[in-house]
Amino acid sequence: MKNVYLDNNATTMVAPEVRDAMAPFFDELWGNPSSIHTFGGQVKKHMDRAREQVAALIGADPSEIVFTSCGSESDNMAVRGAVEALGGYPHIVTTRVEHPAVLTVCRYLADLGCKLTELKVDSEGRLDLDELRNSIHSNATVVSIMWANNETGVIFPMDEIAQIVKEAGAVLHTDAVQIVGKLPVNVKKTPVDMLSLSGHKLHTPKGVGALYVRKGTKVNPLILGGHQEGGKRAGTENVPYIVGLGRACELAAEHMDEEIVRVQAMRDRLEEGILATCPDVRVNGDRENRLPNTLNVGFEFIEGEAILLMLDEVGIAASSGSACTSGSLEPSHVMRAMGIPFTAAHGSIRFSLSRYNTEEDVSYTLEHVPRVVKRLRELSPFVQKAGD
Amino acid sequence: MWDYTDKVKEHFRNPRNVGLISDPDGVGEVGSLACGDALKLMFKLDDQGRIADVKFQTFGCASAIASSSALTELIKGMTLDEAEKVTNKDIAEYLGGLPEQKMHCSVMGREALEAAIKNYRTGETGTQELEGKVVCTCFGVTDQEIERIVRDNNLSSVEDVTNYSKAGGGCGGCREEIAEILSRVRGEPVEVEEPAPAPKSLTNIQRIKLIEETLEREIRPRLRQDGGDIELVDVEGNRVLVSFLKACAKCPVAPFTMKEIVEAPLRQFVSEDIVVEEVKP
Repeated sequence: MKNVYLDNNATTMVAPEVRDAMAPFFDELWGNPSSIHTFGGQVKKHMDRAREQVAALIGADPSEIVFTSCGSESDNMAVRGAVEALGGYPHIVTTRVEHPAVLTVCRYLADLGCKLTELKVDSEGRLDLDELRNSIHSNATVVSIMWANNETGVIFPMDEIAQIVKEAGAVLHTDAVQIVGKLPVNVKKTPVDMLSLSGHKLHTPKGVGALYVRKGTKVNPLILGGHQEGGKRAGTENVPYIVGLGRACELAAEHMDEEIVRVQAMRDRLEEGILATCPDVRVNGDRENRLPNTLNVGFEFIEGEAILLMLDEVGIAASSGSACTSGSLEPSHVMRAMGIPFTAAHGSIRFSLSRYNTEEDVSYTLEHVPRVVKRLRELSPFVQKAGD
Repeated sequence: MWDYTDKVKEHFRNPRNVGLISDPDGVGEVGSLACGDALKLMFKLDDQGRIADVKFQTFGCASAIASSSALTELIKGMTLDEAEKVTNKDIAEYLGGLPEQKMHCSVMGREALEAAIKNYRTGETGTQELEGKVVCTCFGVTDQEIERIVRDNNLSSVEDVTNYSKAGGGCGGCREEIAEILSRVRGEPVEVEEPAPAPKSLTNIQRIKLIEETLEREIRPRLRQDGGDIELVDVEGNRVLVSFLKACAKCPVAPFTMKEIVEAPLRQFVSEDIVVEEVKP
């Protein structure tokens, strides 16, 4: 059976080059980078190199990169750390469609006494920038807004957001986990104060991430007890994975220009193919401002988990914002925030590609999706004619 | 990935008895698109009053489809009196078990069967009549329904009831009421388990501290620009008592200042319901 992996917004295949770059750090290069002796010293050089590679991908200075264990840790550190550094109970502004690693932290801080504003999105998943502008009343405000949405791929206008937040003198963090490595990101051009990224979304193994912290930004550490990462994140560094993240960032930069075009062409062919062959289908999210690899479609009258399992039987991996998939009883908070009708939200499927996908993968998927949709609609009481 | 039994997967892949009967004796419909699952069940009786043919259509996840298929296999050949005794547990057992959070799929099967039998006997058509008082408004689950599910499956917690019936799984506003029903049916007290982390409200000291901080950060700088100042006198619940000092004390636009410059930021940063009152020093 073929294996077609179209769930790259969840996690990605480990790039062979990344694995090769990591291998020596499980064998001869196992020293502690903080040590004074050669075992440690030679390892530190590789870690410094990785810091440069990560910084280069996002236009930062290497000293502004803090290595973490994952994107969620980066998000937690940014939001909590900035709130704690401001002191008291500052105002937090975020959006209703953030990843839980941001939204849950903001709500937790609100329970402790911070004032929280969750910005709305429209039916296309877009923000109202005037609402953002009007919600910042003081410079004692922490704003955390994702750059691109994991479920729909919708990209927020971060240049304009940064300008609004900077004019108000507030602190801006962005969860850029989904966009880094997929589209150009440059913190010199887009003046965010903090930016989260995650290794396993760009072809490292799970277990490494980074937080960019602009020089001068005040952020308290989440993990105390060591001088590592400039005192911002204690704990002996996860050297093999940090080296892997560096290599992955270098690879992403090397391939980006041609991969944007190639991946987007495959995504567009998948989208057009599905729209042409399946009736009662809608694309969720702003099609004009979207990650080149992401397609979120809502199939009316059928349920997402059933679609995923039928696709899985022919080796196609995707994901769903349906309630049944997650074990919760309601569709995803992103679909609800966008006001996607229940009929389509329960049947929403996300296909997300990477540079390892091929045109053949798209053709194979287009063979099976219409069959699965037709089969499930034959079972559905909401399709009027049986066997329609 | 759900841990479905091979039998669930098999019935999902090859559901039995899918479709419609052109001239059915009984039809039952439960669920809706909004709920995320729905089932339409119909049967035809033979001369002896046994279920000769049964068909279904399901909108839902793999376990909803498998539960519907299993139900039709279970009741084929039964009399209606026999079919009436089929419980959601029988459906789940036929499938070799269902994940806890998916038990509501088996309950949906039993409900559709009940509705279809009722339709045959009384001629009532359309969706299932709700009997009793609606407890969970998010998913339309009544007290009688919850009582029956608790009894049939010997459930002991609110979380169980949510897994089996969806009740309490939306806004959560009925969780206390579900606990009361559980207590009544089981004859022992059942309490709502606190979801973690529990929302904390401000203690009085935190509240006063927050008000003082907001005064200092947001309010005093603006008053001082005009040679005025403000002092926090007391906090009683949502009432914040303050005194205007210096220029503010004899300012003709003090009421405006009170609303726009003092009360508004306190409502924003501390609590929506704050009322600021002036007391003379």
